[in-house]
Amino acid sequence: MSKNKKETKEPLFHLAKRPAIEWWKAWLIRGAAIISSLIVCALIIVVLTKQNPLEVYAALFKGSFGTQRKFWAMLQKLAILLCISLAVTPAFKMKFWNLGAEGQVLFGGLCSMVLMFEIGDKIPNLLLIIAMLIASILGGILWALFPAVLKAKWGTNESLFTLMMNYIAIQLVSFAIMVWVPSGSSVMGLVNSSTKAGWLPSLLGQKYLLNIIVVAVLTIVMFIYLKYSKQGYEISVVGESENTARYIGINVKKVIIRTMILSGALCGLAGFLLVAGTNHTISKDLAGGDGFTAIMVSWLAKFNPITMVVTSFLIAFLQRGAGEIATNFNLNTSIADILTGIIIFFIIGCEFFINYQIKSTKEKEGK
Amino acid sequence: MSTPAIELKNISKTFGSIAANKGVNLTVYNGEILSLLGENGSGKTTLMNMISGIYFPDAGHIYIDGKEVVIRSPKDAFDHRIGMIHQHFKLVDIFTAAENIVLGLEEGGRFNIKEAENKVREISTRYGFDIDPTKKIYEMSVSEKQTVEIIKVLYRGANILILDEPTAVLTPQETKKLFAVLRKMKEDGKAIVIITHKLHEVLEISDRVSVLRKGEYIGTLETANTDESELTEMMVGKKISLNIDRSEPKDSVDRLEINNLDCITRDGVKILDNISFTVKSGEILGIAGIAGSGQKELLESIAGLQKVRNGEIIYHNPKTGSTDSLRDKTPMQIKELGVRLSFVPEDRLGMGLVGNMDIIDNMMLRSYRKGKSVFLNRKKPRSLADKIITDLEVVTPSANTPIRRLSGGNVQKVLVGREISAAPTVLMVAYPVRGLDINSSYLIYNLLNEQKEKGVAVIFVGEDLDVLIELCDRILVLSSGRVSGIVDGRTTDKSEIGLLMTKGEEGGEGNVEE
Repeated sequence: MSKNKKETKEPLFHLAKRPAIEWWKAWLIRGAAIISSLIVCALIIVVLTKQNPLEVYAALFKGSFGTQRKFWAMLQKLAILLCISLAVTPAFKMKFWNLGAEGQVLFGGLCSMVLMFEIGDKIPNLLLIIAMLIASILGGILWALFPAVLKAKWGTNESLFTLMMNYIAIQLVSFAIMVWVPSGSSVMGLVNSSTKAGWLPSLLGQKYLLNIIVVAVLTIVMFIYLKYSKQGYEISVVGESENTARYIGINVKKVIIRTMILSGALCGLAGFLLVAGTNHTISKDLAGGDGFTAIMVSWLAKFNPITMVVTSFLIAFLQRGAGEIATNFNLNTSIADILTGIIIFFIIGCEFFINYQIKSTKEKEGK
Repeated sequence: MSTPAIELKNISKTFGSIAANKGVNLTVYNGEILSLLGENGSGKTTLMNMISGIYFPDAGHIYIDGKEVVIRSPKDAFDHRIGMIHQHFKLVDIFTAAENIVLGLEEGGRFNIKEAENKVREISTRYGFDIDPTKKIYEMSVSEKQTVEIIKVLYRGANILILDEPTAVLTPQETKKLFAVLRKMKEDGKAIVIITHKLHEVLEISDRVSVLRKGEYIGTLETANTDESELTEMMVGKKISLNIDRSEPKDSVDRLEINNLDCITRDGVKILDNISFTVKSGEILGIAGIAGSGQKELLESIAGLQKVRNGEIIYHNPKTGSTDSLRDKTPMQIKELGVRLSFVPEDRLGMGLVGNMDIIDNMMLRSYRKGKSVFLNRKKPRSLADKIITDLEVVTPSANTPIRRLSGGNVQKVLVGREISAAPTVLMVAYPVRGLDINSSYLIYNLLNEQKEKGVAVIFVGEDLDVLIELCDRILVLSSGRVSGIVDGRTTDKSEIGLLMTKGEEGGEGNVEE
């Protein structure tokens, strides 16, 4: 048959799902994504600020590795972010969209601060710290338990509910600061700066080392819990299919509540570490958006706690570096956010190319 | 012969590493019915989806009336006067038939539903459909919904009609009606493709038959010059015997007793209505019925997954001799009573298994609680997984492969294997061979027979009446949530079951409670 003119234009290319990809190829794609994101960032830096992009990148590194102090600050940032990521992971694995980590951390922190402020100099320091730890954990649990129970009992939407709890926590903290700071300023200074009551001790002269050790241990425990414990297995089954869970006799409500207690407890712990270990004060920006960033860390690592060390390092490194760029070059902090945004966009976007391949329509005529 | 209505040359399509179609050729002429025959997973639907614009071929050419065309979307397909009736209907429940039919048409001028209704009536009389254009979809039976889908493509002026397994949801009587309509359309000069894996239908309705096997085009035959065994051989690739052994039940005693079971859905629709029957050990009890007649709810009530409004479920324990009520018990409580109940649900990956977990972790689903340790023990599940992979010839790269990467047949082998490994006294299976090739299907039938011979009470919900009649000792027929009859599998025939399937049916799929 003679080849007639085709009636419709052919598409230039189309997408097809990839078969399983080798791990090194996947990492090659991820590496390429990071390099291309840096190139795009360089273009933007040149166009917008006329700075030398190489110098800007040097500043990016200096933000985390420039001095010993900056390095420890980055590690502490990493530890807190990782801690919150570990907290949201079991909930997310169960497909319970806990968007309330921010509020759970904040309320947990507030509980610590109440004790630190009110009875800081009245009881022995060790007792105070233990009391603060327990109070924070209970506070985090309380903040997570409301949405969990309502979801389990009446199937309410947990995303909205956890999100709203954030605002309640913010308002409570604002209220507490108003009560505590007589001058009417909305900023609270260091608490107990003379007695250091309720401050976590420095280890080996490093202020943040205790925080880091706690989170490191937690990472390993969480990895084992999710992979090798019966409860971790139940979380996976409920997350993958509630019907399957019911079919094999798992009490889905119980698992939802139990897992959210765990999630809230760890958020509360993060709040405690922030108040007692890092800031020694409280503001409504205590979690500083990490409650949401943690979601990204957890997803990027595909809910694997060990991989989360890498992803939270990446985010902490970028955030520190971006801040450094902003100060070094006298740029608005927005440029730092733009750069972080671009890099993260590329990192998330490259997962698409790991799962799909683009086929050119031209190729199909081959052979 | 004249120019074909549609001609496919060397069509290929791959999904990931799986080649769904490899260089397939197909020709359909106006005024003929072509059967596209092949086992499940042989690529029939994929091929037709490429003609109707749902998938885009990786390679190959499509010619319509001799001209090469490119079909990129369902709209392109309509423009080439191709209409496909899918297995799963795509209708808006709260719209009337006529509203659904004109939905999405981009006609100029004012929308005139009366005119559309008249046109629908005109098409109905022309081809002998029986439909009221003002009836709402949710009030319709499955066969009426199918009629709406067919009229929908005719209304759009389709000249080439593709029907994907149109008889799967119909009773034998409804199938006859459909075939009469198809013959009329053929006389009218339409080109019709019917996708099927049922041989007797191929022989009954089609002029020619094209066979696909594992994505490859095997050949096309004139229906008049072929027979079942030749077609089977083309379809499967080797001669196989199509007999299922059926032994006489031995030492049958009552195992499970269902009395006056009532069940309503959340919306207040009565889905099970006064169901009573007994299941005996050492027999296979078949359950037949049109899809959605209450089969799912019945099995789930017994398994403790569905709330029951009225009635009793009584289990006669062969070990202790005691009788226990299973009503209002959770699956956990049923297990704790010592009832060894195994259940292969219809929705394998959505209920029976977890698609993203590997075979070992799926083996654990039933047994992971054993022991006091807070940690999982993967040793036994691993050896069970290995045993099932060897015994049931599961094709998988390893026991660590996520289940969702396996083919339908292998998924089912894993599920059935796990459920049987628990040494059940009652085994419930729902549509266990759906989507399986012939060899896997027979493997499953043999496993069920083995269980029966071990004295297990087997409940088998099936859709293929031929299989039910060959395999089961007794067949219970459900119609609109009621038991419309229990017949002996050795003496009954298809038309008897077919009549029972529609007995007392009142339009929809259930009756709304007052």
